[in-house]
Amino acid sequence: MAGEVSAKQFAEAGADLSLVNVTKRFPGFTAIDDLSLDIPAGSFFALLGPSGCGKTTTLRLVAGLEEPTEGRIVIGGKDVTDTKAYQRPVNTVFQSYALFPHMSVLENVMFGLRRRKIEDAEGKAREALALVELGHVANRKPAQLSGGQQQRVALARAVVNRPALLLLDEPLGALDLKLRRQMQLELKDIQSEVGLTFLHVTHDQEEAMTMADTVAVMNLGKIEQMGAPEELYESPKTAFVATFLGQSNLFVGEVTGSTNTVITVSSGGYELRVPSHRAVAHRGTITVGVRPEKVSLHQSNPSADANRTLIGPGRVVDASFTGVSTQYLVDVPGVGEVTVFAQNTSLGEHAKEGDEVFLSWSVEHAFGLADTPPEEERFVDDTSTGSVAVQEREKLEAELEEA
Amino acid sequence: MAFGAFQTGAPAATAAQPAAQRKSPIALWLLLPGILYLILFFVTPLFSLVLTSFQEPIPGGFMGEYQTAFRFENYAEVVGTYFSHIGRSFIYASLATVFALLLGYPIAYVIGVKLRPYPLWQSLALVILIAPFFISFLLRTIAWKQIFADEGFFVGLLKSMQIISADAYLTGTPFSVVFGLTYMFLPFMALPIYTTLEKLDLRYVEAGGDLYANPVTVFRTVTFPLSLPGVISGTLLTFIPATGDYINASRDFLGSTETAMMGNVIEANFLVLQNFPAAAALSLILMMSILIIVSAYVKRSGTDDLL
Repeated sequence: MAGEVSAKQFAEAGADLSLVNVTKRFPGFTAIDDLSLDIPAGSFFALLGPSGCGKTTTLRLVAGLEEPTEGRIVIGGKDVTDTKAYQRPVNTVFQSYALFPHMSVLENVMFGLRRRKIEDAEGKAREALALVELGHVANRKPAQLSGGQQQRVALARAVVNRPALLLLDEPLGALDLKLRRQMQLELKDIQSEVGLTFLHVTHDQEEAMTMADTVAVMNLGKIEQMGAPEELYESPKTAFVATFLGQSNLFVGEVTGSTNTVITVSSGGYELRVPSHRAVAHRGTITVGVRPEKVSLHQSNPSADANRTLIGPGRVVDASFTGVSTQYLVDVPGVGEVTVFAQNTSLGEHAKEGDEVFLSWSVEHAFGLADTPPEEERFVDDTSTGSVAVQEREKLEAELEEA
Repeated sequence: MAFGAFQTGAPAATAAQPAAQRKSPIALWLLLPGILYLILFFVTPLFSLVLTSFQEPIPGGFMGEYQTAFRFENYAEVVGTYFSHIGRSFIYASLATVFALLLGYPIAYVIGVKLRPYPLWQSLALVILIAPFFISFLLRTIAWKQIFADEGFFVGLLKSMQIISADAYLTGTPFSVVFGLTYMFLPFMALPIYTTLEKLDLRYVEAGGDLYANPVTVFRTVTFPLSLPGVISGTLLTFIPATGDYINASRDFLGSTETAMMGNVIEANFLVLQNFPAAAALSLILMMSILIIVSAYVKRSGTDDLL
């Protein structure tokens, strides 16, 4: 076991992880398609995506629970593609926790330490249990704990090994909101305290944004966009990111003119402007987007402003009061429905359903996307599931014929 | 104060109990046939067996004529006479249990875990495992006797390969008896283990691998302990009937007088020698010993709550 990071010792610090052109095919579908990814040591990295986007498969590939069809996996500068799970300096907090039911909580936490013959396994395990505030249940069986407690035991069982790389597979999924927030903070604390590299897989955009330094948004086996949470939110590059991370108003149109700083897009009879550094494509048909909270609602036609894009008049189709803000749905002829979040900063009159209104936003806040929003619904995996079943059956039949 | 007395007299808990847990005369009526059956065909014969075991011969009576007595010497006598048979029974049964476990566990593991992605192959393998049950076990044992026969192909092959000497034989040896027992009880061992392994959550196995345990260690620390309930049922289902078995060890099948087990002795005393007290005493000794061994075993494996 040569090399800086081996499974036989405690990691001094986190290790960096590289996926190089990794592809994983299952019978009937491709879970991961030519994925390349670099995660620097000591960072808290989140893979965010809807269910079935390949994020859990990515995690299992890194953990060694699946083998990639193609590509290499490098942890801490060492190619681990051909090694087994137990040889990798990696631990996983499983979505199902997977606590051994026949062992006590303490034995569960000691398991990894014992396998590596680390001294004072019991002392270290008790420390780890204290860290997750579960020292008092050390002798109980996992089945005697609540879901939240089991989750913390699973976390302690992984963290106690000080893996160079800790993988978290939607570990907070089963918790209620309050405990979830609490655990998010605890996880973040542990990560910065211990300096490990965390790879966190989740479908919860809020969780990914609050916890991770870097978020990669995954869809259909590919990474759509990667960056700091603010960057992803303020400057999405694809329609998927713009709609999966928060909400967006998207307008498709032709580029009609461009200067050094601004490009103009014609959509539904309106001239929409985007700063050129915030647009991915600069010619042809492009999609312009703006976040609902960036849009202002005007009861009367405001005077033209070179720094603002103005559309309207439109009609308020729906107004729902949510406390801190009011969400309006405005139907603007030519461009369709536009969502507006207006902060409740003033008392008194607000726009009501049926009112005629104008909308405006600062040119700076608009963004241009690389692709256009898909026409059909996002959830098309039903067909792919069917094709999996068919291929699976064909495979079985072929196998039976051979035999 | 009738109203108050009613309130305190009927605790709320009774009323809140689910209907199924409340004592109902219907449940007792439904139990009655079973209870009667047990009294008639289990308790009564057992009682009669205990009485018989203390009987003494009628002075000057014919063979097989006994009268009620409390002759405790019966027990000492059978233990003295048949000590080697008793020991042999437990040794053969233990060996058969160990061999059935060594053979049955891998079979159960392959069917229950490895074949899980292929339900068709899994069902097929189960059918193959159970198939021998469709043939009378007497026929199967006679078949083995033929296979192991002195002039048979198998013994001839072993002799020609000089694995056994030219004047050696297999039938009537402890080998063939233990072999027969192992063969006969293999499905009883494999099926309960299969049932627990089939339900084994493979995510525990993955978690073990993730926590630096190599496949052997995962088996030792995760898979095997989790399949223990099946192993215990399997060993009990093998050991208990194997101890009392009298077919395999009988001279008519795979055994000889040198391999006779308790079952054979009991059979001979009841049916041939008509020494009913001795046979009854032996039966009770067999029963009690199994009971003691099994309770100690279950207690020691610490899985009485799993059974």
